[in-house]
Amino acid sequence: MIRSLIYSITFHSVLVLLTILSLPFMLREPIDLPPIVSVELIQISDKTSIPYAPKARKIIEETKKKEEERLVSEQAPPAAKAKEKPDRIPLPNEMKEDKQIVKKKQNPEEIKPEIRQSSEFEKKEIVDTNEIAALIDKAKEEEAVKQTKTDKITQSTQKNSFATGLTLSQEDALRAQIFGCWSVPLGLPYDENLLVRIKLQLKKDGTIMKSEILDHQRMNKPGQKFYKVLAESALRAVRLCQPLKVPPTGYDKWKNLQLNFNPTEMLKG
Amino acid sequence: MKKILLVFILNIFLFNKSFALIEIDITRGNLDPLPIAVSPLYVDIKSENYEGIKIKELGEDISKIIEDNFKSTGLFNPLKKEAFVQKPDIAHLKPRFEDWRLIKAQALVTGKLLVINGKLKVEFRLWDLAAAKEMTALAFTTTPSNWRRVAHIISDKIYERLTGEEGYFDTRIIYVAESGPKEQRVKKLAIMDQDGANTKYLTLGNELVLTPRFNPTNQMVTYMSYFRNMPRVYLLDIETGTQEVVGNFPGMTFAPRFSPDGKKIVMSFAKDGNSDIYTMDIDSRVVERITNHSSIDTSPSFSPDGKFIAFNSDRSGLQQIYVMRSDGSGVKRITFGNGIYGTPVWSPRGDLIAFTKMRKGRFYIGVMRTDGSGERLLTENYYQEAPSWSPNGRVLVFYRETKSGSKGEGFTAKLWSIDITGYNERRLKTETDASDPSWSSLLSK
Repeated sequence: MIRSLIYSITFHSVLVLLTILSLPFMLREPIDLPPIVSVELIQISDKTSIPYAPKARKIIEETKKKEEERLVSEQAPPAAKAKEKPDRIPLPNEMKEDKQIVKKKQNPEEIKPEIRQSSEFEKKEIVDTNEIAALIDKAKEEEAVKQTKTDKITQSTQKNSFATGLTLSQEDALRAQIFGCWSVPLGLPYDENLLVRIKLQLKKDGTIMKSEILDHQRMNKPGQKFYKVLAESALRAVRLCQPLKVPPTGYDKWKNLQLNFNPTEMLKG
Repeated sequence: MKKILLVFILNIFLFNKSFALIEIDITRGNLDPLPIAVSPLYVDIKSENYEGIKIKELGEDISKIIEDNFKSTGLFNPLKKEAFVQKPDIAHLKPRFEDWRLIKAQALVTGKLLVINGKLKVEFRLWDLAAAKEMTALAFTTTPSNWRRVAHIISDKIYERLTGEEGYFDTRIIYVAESGPKEQRVKKLAIMDQDGANTKYLTLGNELVLTPRFNPTNQMVTYMSYFRNMPRVYLLDIETGTQEVVGNFPGMTFAPRFSPDGKKIVMSFAKDGNSDIYTMDIDSRVVERITNHSSIDTSPSFSPDGKFIAFNSDRSGLQQIYVMRSDGSGVKRITFGNGIYGTPVWSPRGDLIAFTKMRKGRFYIGVMRTDGSGERLLTENYYQEAPSWSPNGRVLVFYRETKSGSKGEGFTAKLWSIDITGYNERRLKTETDASDPSWSSLLSK
């Protein structure tokens, strides 16, 4: 009796110890992650754009200087774009797609006005009332958007570089591909939880072996009719998009993939 | 013992591996119209005509109406039939999904119709082409003359299944049909399907009619008419044509509207030279005063739960929109923008209020939240007003007057619709000039 108790305690302690040592979330803090920019530059520097990094640095420095000198009323969207460029240099083999992504990411407003197309009046309103004030606002907005965007990238990189082998550009390529395939249903209630999590099992060529809606039971709950429509649209997007743009290597790392669809931000504008 | 240890360790490693699942957040998609293929319905009969209706052509006609309905929403892109690769009868049984996917369709509508014992039976199926499965299937039986309504009901079901919100195709619009020169304008009450078909005139045009509004069951309409220069509020039963005067009111009377339960009419009229808001119980004809203010209070509109009334008033100097409880207490101003605000109409969903705004000689139709925040102006023009909501709260219909002559002489009034996103502005087909539209709720509900 005592012997088995000792065995049990020993094994449980070993188990707890191993869990603490091996579980990723326990290890997350001590790891000092390199900043995202350097990861990107290392990747592209193998084949192209070696001189790009110093050039980018120059541009950043110049922009910073300009920003310091800049009056509040000045609006500098082109400078903001140039600044973003080094972070966004695509992989050589994904040059074209990545260019598109960069465009989408850098100017979310490009899409938004289309979605929430304002009337002619609203456009005039901006010019009519106080042009300078409007310009300041616009500049601020753009900065703000850029800021959130950068934060997001850092977060996702942390997650990915830690847990997976997908690089930012690979993840971006995949995300952009699905953006294009996903027709968002418009009758969704903004205030509800619109997160649809889909777990995919992929083949090596990026086609889908198995897809599963993780919160499946929610689809049949009363008052959650919209969720069914949303989940179906997400599944449709994934199926339409296949084969997914997956990296040629590291199959074990990405063969199981979870896509979190959430159109809340987009619908709220 | 070693084995047990090994299993433990292995378990831990496997457990660890499950944490390595890649997660990608998809926060954006496209809002392009969804490509949809509407196959002509297969006609399963030999007879070509039934009581003057060409049954053989109905398959094409119904699919055309469904297509037009979808196109009018701006949310769907019905694909050209020339590209279709499968015959309607086979497609209805089992579509070859890969063939339909080839023409870039994401959804497919197929159907079949037949006449049994003098009744028209229409069945349809909606297919998800990406998932290669049926999404919904229904059959409707009705008299053959009702085929247009069946097409609208099918459109509603598909719309609901694909967008997650209620459709608005099986509805009607009542409006004031206008003809003649501006000084001698003839105004008749007219009703039509939301797509402009089946227009019927409900009055002869001897008297001036204004502001018709449906009751919640769509059976009755309340409107104003001038009889010997005295404004009267009428109730009209659309099916029977019975008309009754609910009251003679002194002075200026405006815009009667039903309460959400259909038991009361809310309106404004001037008593002792002061315009206030009143409700009238339709059964007892008891009139109750809701506002009592020296300013001009007009255009009342109930919230869908019946607890609040939105109205416009010039109590602050300029005409603005106010919201109060339905007993008249708790009056709160909700608009503070530049310009004059009027004709507030509460959305059937209860989340927005549509309004007309006038600023610097231009008219705007817009929407805002019920507390006045989030004002969005959807459309601007020389003269336009009287927005009315589609039953699902997604589209507004209003009327717009424009100069008709090349030198700006004369004018023409037409009905227009616009999505609450500000997208998809469309002119509705009417036989004559038209104003003061009011959109019914879903007829099949």
